[in-house]
Amino acid sequence: MINRRPSFLVYGLLGAFVLGSAFPFYWSYLVASRDNSVLTGDFTLIPGGNFWTNATRVFDTIPFWKALGNSFIVSGTVTLSVVLLSALAGFAFAKLRFRGRGVLFLFVVVTLAVPTQLGIIPLYMAMAEFGWAGELEAVIVPNLVTAFGVFWMRQYLVDAVPDELVEAARMDGCSLWRTFWHVALPAARPAAAMLGVFTFMQSWNDFLWPLVVLNADNPTIQVALEKLQSGYYVDYSLVLAGTTLATVPVLIIFLVLGRQIVAGVMQGAVKG
Amino acid sequence: MTAVLPKVDRGREQEPRPRPPRRYRWTRLDTKVSPYLFVAPFFVLFGAIGLFPLLYTAYVSLFDWEVGADDPAFIGLDNYRTLFEDDQFWNALFNTFSIFLLSSAPQIVVAVLIAALLNENLRARTGWRMGVLLPYVASLVALTIIFGNLFGPQYGLVNDVLTALGFGPVDWQASTFGSHVAIASMVNWRWTGYNALIVLAAMQAIPREVHEAALVDGAGPLRRFFSITLPMLKPTLIFVIVTSTIGGLQIFTEPKLFEPSGGSGGGAEHQYQTVVLYLYQSAFQGLDLGYASSIAWVLFLIVIAVAGLNFWITRRAVK
Repeated sequence: MINRRPSFLVYGLLGAFVLGSAFPFYWSYLVASRDNSVLTGDFTLIPGGNFWTNATRVFDTIPFWKALGNSFIVSGTVTLSVVLLSALAGFAFAKLRFRGRGVLFLFVVVTLAVPTQLGIIPLYMAMAEFGWAGELEAVIVPNLVTAFGVFWMRQYLVDAVPDELVEAARMDGCSLWRTFWHVALPAARPAAAMLGVFTFMQSWNDFLWPLVVLNADNPTIQVALEKLQSGYYVDYSLVLAGTTLATVPVLIIFLVLGRQIVAGVMQGAVKG
Repeated sequence: MTAVLPKVDRGREQEPRPRPPRRYRWTRLDTKVSPYLFVAPFFVLFGAIGLFPLLYTAYVSLFDWEVGADDPAFIGLDNYRTLFEDDQFWNALFNTFSIFLLSSAPQIVVAVLIAALLNENLRARTGWRMGVLLPYVASLVALTIIFGNLFGPQYGLVNDVLTALGFGPVDWQASTFGSHVAIASMVNWRWTGYNALIVLAAMQAIPREVHEAALVDGAGPLRRFFSITLPMLKPTLIFVIVTSTIGGLQIFTEPKLFEPSGGSGGGAEHQYQTVVLYLYQSAFQGLDLGYASSIAWVLFLIVIAVAGLNFWITRRAVK
């Protein structure tokens, strides 16, 4: 009885919810595909033919490609670093015995709830001191590790790598580093991939800190969008063309890796 | 340490040929030191870029510290005294909590409902789950720009629809309550599906036997939902509330960008200025780093207090 197929009502309600979820994306494209005069008043759901005209205007107004490249550099570096350092620390916490392990891991868990974002003022002073204001280092370096990443990798590695396997590698003369590299890291691949996707998206969408340290000449894509929107006169077909273009990369990631992302959210719920 | 070494020794004894002592010393060193080297990058980096700035914020808040000042003057708790008499700060605090309540309460109800629907024996199950999660990939900047357009007071779609339905247009930007509703709807749009998946995961962790037993006892679907599902979801719901509180109290992007060409954001009358936005404006537009630091530190304490309170309630609830 519990297993029977649900009624049309269930599909109807879910369908409405998903349509509502997708609508703002479509609306953004819709406005971007028209010109501004059409926007005033008459409502339609049929796209116009002006998208590429508007897109070209975006490229003329902000350094779009540079911003896109910057976002890829920043998010890529941050992702690589977070995944690698989290896996390394997670492996030590999950599989190695050392004095202070319990206390140190408790520290990681407690810091999960600490809003480090509120430390931006000293961070800003430090970046000014190092001469990194306006440079990509300023948005990369403060995001190289997360407590969540360490926690996540540790939880996964506890079960994924049997203790016997680590011991066997040690017997065979593997150093701990080689044990990590050849035994733990391959086993951690699924969790590392999920952590990577989430870190990438988070970094890609980050706004407050990049807005503080970067400028209009060398922005990430989010900062560039803000510059596009904050002009004296708002040309929505222009602004939403930029928004649409900036959303395409994450949308592609989502379409390709959606299954893993869904699984990641649901696993995070169970383990967190 | 002592717990590890004998184990290694035993392993060595079983080996047919003893390795040279140098190699052995190296292995001992590796066993002792490497674990610390593995966790060190996290602790060093987190200390330098996470924890230290946070603590140093408290230090800066004790100074009259302008951007670029060579010799900031120590003024003790003066920034805090000013802050507690600052109407803008209390207003920002009110706005933050107002937006947070408007976004969290409906969001959790709808998330549980959607999770219940997703928990049915659906065709194309993963497709539905992806559909629900779609808003999660939108950047806050993109989302706010789009919603700013939808909630535009003159040509916005929301007002067009309201007018067509016979309700007058609402000035979503100028009115306090209207702007809070509009901003809360952005938060809801982005996070409801995400939270629905978390709740769904918890629903699936409920043992089938419990449901089947209730079924045998003649409990209908509604009765089973309220008497079994909901009570067993309690820890997860509290988890969702805690995480959304920590995030919700730091809301920034939406009020910053809600109104296009809205200057520094937050509304002309500060009607939707939030605490982090006020912090940002004080530090990087007012250039008063000391005062902004006192805002940051007070908000930090509020977040910790609220998170601690949540944690305390969770433990009681789970017991």
